[in-house]
Amino acid sequence: MSLLEVRGLKVSYGGIHAVRGIDFEVAEGELVCLIGANGAGKSSSLKGILGMVHASSTIHFDGARISGLPTHTIAGLGISLVPEGRGVFARLTVGENLDMGAFLRKDHPGIRADLDKVYSLFPRLAERRTQLAGTLSGGEQQMLAIGRALMSRPRLLLLDEPSMGLAPLMVRKIYETIASIAQEGATILLVEQNANLALKISQRAYVMESGMVTLSGASPDLIKDSQVRAAYLGE
Amino acid sequence: MDIFLQQLINGLVLGSIYALVALGYTMVYGILELINFAHGEVTMIGAMVALSVIGLLLGAMPELPGILVVLAGVLVAIPACMLLGYAIEKIAYRPLRKAPRLAPLITAIGVSIILQNVAMLVWGRQYVSFPRILPEGRHEIWGAHITDLQIFIVVLSLSVMASLWLLVQRTRLGRAMRATAQSKEVAALMGVNVDKVISATFLIGSAIAAIAGVMVSAYYGLAHYYMGFLLGLKAFSAAVLGGIGNIAGAMLGGMLLGMIEALGAGYIGDLTGGFLGSHYQDVFAFFVLILVLVFRPSGLLGERVASRA
Repeated sequence: MSLLEVRGLKVSYGGIHAVRGIDFEVAEGELVCLIGANGAGKSSSLKGILGMVHASSTIHFDGARISGLPTHTIAGLGISLVPEGRGVFARLTVGENLDMGAFLRKDHPGIRADLDKVYSLFPRLAERRTQLAGTLSGGEQQMLAIGRALMSRPRLLLLDEPSMGLAPLMVRKIYETIASIAQEGATILLVEQNANLALKISQRAYVMESGMVTLSGASPDLIKDSQVRAAYLGE
Repeated sequence: MDIFLQQLINGLVLGSIYALVALGYTMVYGILELINFAHGEVTMIGAMVALSVIGLLLGAMPELPGILVVLAGVLVAIPACMLLGYAIEKIAYRPLRKAPRLAPLITAIGVSIILQNVAMLVWGRQYVSFPRILPEGRHEIWGAHITDLQIFIVVLSLSVMASLWLLVQRTRLGRAMRATAQSKEVAALMGVNVDKVISATFLIGSAIAAIAGVMVSAYYGLAHYYMGFLLGLKAFSAAVLGGIGNIAGAMLGGMLLGMIEALGAGYIGDLTGGFLGSHYQDVFAFFVLILVLVFRPSGLLGERVASRA
């Protein structure tokens, strides 16, 4: 059984249908990606899972229905979203941002251990722990956003365009980190415009186009697929 | 008597009260970007409730020490105001959370008018006097006078502000409040129940308003159903002066505004050759508000400028 099971997800803003009824699932320990062009409905799908936008769907997480629940409750069940544009709390320090990630946790020794882990994953954050998050560079903010999400010890990590607006070197660093998190057994749903990157790192992929899933399958197969190559890999 | 020092002391006392009321404006603005115009009325209700309790207690047990009677009044006024603030948010503002910003703003003005009229019906149109039951000691320093009540107001106000600062900076709720003020969406992703944080903000701001309401009525010796209007506008000006949305700014702005007003009232007669008297003291708050809005709309400590409304 899948950890996350999404059936018939529709998201609309006013009269505009951003997502038109899609199905997808993520199994425990899998790294699945959702790729597609700008405006295909990828971010809206993630927001729909967390109840951040007006959506209709049947979503099950670990067998329990979560569609219709408020965002903070869904987050409390163990789904952590790293939002598009990072969404760090600019006027909180790096340390306080990470503390916010562990907002719902009460196991102080565990929080300390995870904090050390995040700091060893991103030594740059440790150096800047008393600095306001708004003073960090884009790449550092992305590290902070991922670190903050890990602080909740999520059962499912959703990443929305982690490469957006970053220098190539930083993109590589972020993707190496995502790969290592996945290696440790984390379950990840990755949304990415950069199909090449996402397909290389993931096991399975869904291709979205104008609010619909048009293609899905194992990522290595999709890389070879001529349709995907033509549409998204620039060949 | 040294006018400058005397007015500085008076300004410090006034400023202590303004700062407390300004905190309520700034905390709500910080989270909802709403100017809660009903906040001045919450302060007024605090004074009125406390005076009713004081009156009842004095009637029933006249031998009780004055300080205890006033303390009992404050202790009833605080939960009464908290309940009122909580209800205002839940009934009037929450349904409009996603509405255009002008709607809750107009609603706030409406709530303010309703509360004034309810207070008028309950407590009447006349001034309610604050019984002279508090110690009335006067101390002289360098030619100026300071009363026991003035010392008490300043000390209590500073301790309330220090406690609030600790709450906001050091506690889990405080961190949730600061996170929510920056992004309700992302705070919810962290598991923060944003509705609860907003309620908590109104509860805290209203509790502080109750204390300020009792202070101001004890200081002037009276309360009136309309007193919240001017007090609220001045406190709002203080919050803007400090940078609305910024808690330290509200404290600083309140203190500064009190001083400006007191010094202005003390010297306006001399400056205008006796043409204008100290009863023009209310002018200064709004003069300051206009100057801030023209030259530094983000206030002394503020970072963000509101785009509209």
